[in-house]
Amino acid sequence: MTEAHKFVDIRHAQKAYGDLEVLKDISLTVDRGEIVAIIGPSGSGKSTLLRAINDLDSLTGGEVWLDGVQINKNLPYRQYEKHINAMRQQVGMVFQHFNLFPHLSVRDNVTMAPKLLKGLSDKEADKLAEEQLNHVGMLERIDYYPSQLSGGQKQRVAIARALAMQPKLMLFDEATSALDPELVEEVNLVMKRLAEEHMTMIIVTHEMDFAASVCDRVIFMDKGVVVEQGPPSVVFQNPTEERTKEFLRKHLAQHHAQNAAEAAALTAAQTNEGAK
Amino acid sequence: MGLDFTVVPAYLDTILIGVLWTIAITVCAAILSFFGGILLAVIALYAPWFLRLPVRFFAWLFMGTPLLLQLFLIYFGLVQLGIDLPAFVAGVIGLGLHFAVYNSELIQTAILAVDKGQMEAARTLGCSRSQALRKVVIPQAVRDVIPPIGNNMIALLKDSALVSVIGVSELTLSSQLAIGRTYRPFEFYAVAAVFYYIVNLGMEAVMRRIERKTSLSR
Ligand SMILES: Nc1ncnc2c1ncn2[C@@H]1O[C@H](COP(=O)(O)OP(=O)(O)OP(=O)(O)O)[C@@H](O)[C@H]1O
Ligand SMILES: [Mg+2]
Repeated sequence: MTEAHKFVDIRHAQKAYGDLEVLKDISLTVDRGEIVAIIGPSGSGKSTLLRAINDLDSLTGGEVWLDGVQINKNLPYRQYEKHINAMRQQVGMVFQHFNLFPHLSVRDNVTMAPKLLKGLSDKEADKLAEEQLNHVGMLERIDYYPSQLSGGQKQRVAIARALAMQPKLMLFDEATSALDPELVEEVNLVMKRLAEEHMTMIIVTHEMDFAASVCDRVIFMDKGVVVEQGPPSVVFQNPTEERTKEFLRKHLAQHHAQNAAEAAALTAAQTNEGAK
Repeated sequence: MGLDFTVVPAYLDTILIGVLWTIAITVCAAILSFFGGILLAVIALYAPWFLRLPVRFFAWLFMGTPLLLQLFLIYFGLVQLGIDLPAFVAGVIGLGLHFAVYNSELIQTAILAVDKGQMEAARTLGCSRSQALRKVVIPQAVRDVIPPIGNNMIALLKDSALVSVIGVSELTLSSQLAIGRTYRPFEFYAVAAVFYYIVNLGMEAVMRRIERKTSLSR
């Protein structure tokens, strides 16, 4: 590539389900090594945008480019399947509900795709699984089945599984939303570590603290458009758009209410303990 | 003329050979019905119409007509078309295909019930649709229907008695043979019943083992 290109380049992305416009002409770029958070109210199109990047949900208009190659190319079916499978190998994705393969051991969850798609031998695959699981602190559980793991452990294995394909880009769709509060941190730590290693990441999240501490840029979406974006310090502390302010205010209030409820529950529990 | 089980030991070897044939035909037909069931399910769900429609017709035929008739058709009928199968092979094919159709119904439902996130996760890693089906979706679907498939296999064992009519000397036919010599139907049918029950218990034990082995993987 001689001409300069953006690492991730989303051009005029549009997505409609019938009359419902979920993404309305979104253009975005992400640099190599950049870590971007996407925040926004429920139904604003965050997941749809993320899933459009690896064409899990196809756009109805616009283009997605990765490292100078168009992902959602217009090709005949067979050619397109080949193309998209090759592209997806370069894009790791982590889901809210982990989506580990329950019928495979932790090891096989990690090695299935590399063996199948990159022709790794059993020995090479084992080595890869050990490396990747060690990286997320799950090496001791290599021969467990997903059903034997906690949510946080499952998500760490899911991250290792994605990393085993050596992706250029990682997509996270609310990776910690389904976790019990005490399990969130272990997953956040793994993601922070990836950030330190300069993995390019696009992270859909409801965790503002995490976004503020890890991300280079925060994108606020509402009703299918990017309302505002910028460094976390600006978007979180000095947002210019009214909608951003309102969202953050509501979110903070909710957050506080939740914390208060948890604290109350804890006090009640302690009081009960004391009474016994 | 009361019951007299002392006539049984003299024919025990005949009966036991019958038991072995029953086991052989059941195991072969069960294997055919298992893999055939997976194949039929995949065709029914994913193949293009020119494969799907004939298979649908075939399934409808096998579910809508008596197994006995199907065995006659395969053993006696195909001869007219120049296909002269040994009775054992005809029996295995008849029983196997018949139960493959029933297994296929179970597997189709199970494939559709596998969480959509499983296919998505596999596709995200770069797997093609068929790779994802083969490695992720179908194994889980099959795991999920092991208990009802087990029930089908018990039914298959019982229906294997039908192949006696095309002359496979399995348990039922060998009992009839002994009855023909001794005129003691009650004794030999009772003995046959006991042996069917024993084989049945054995099959259930195998099924339980398989279920236990796959219990971690849910
Ligand atoms: N398959 C579908 N068919 C119809 N509408 C859909 C479909 N998938 C998503 N939508 C709609 O698209 C809109 C955006 O959904 P999306 O999942 O992208 O939101 P989100 O920002 O990720 O929300 P959340 O924070 O709740 O995950 C929603 O209004 C949703 O109802
Ligand atoms: Mg979402």
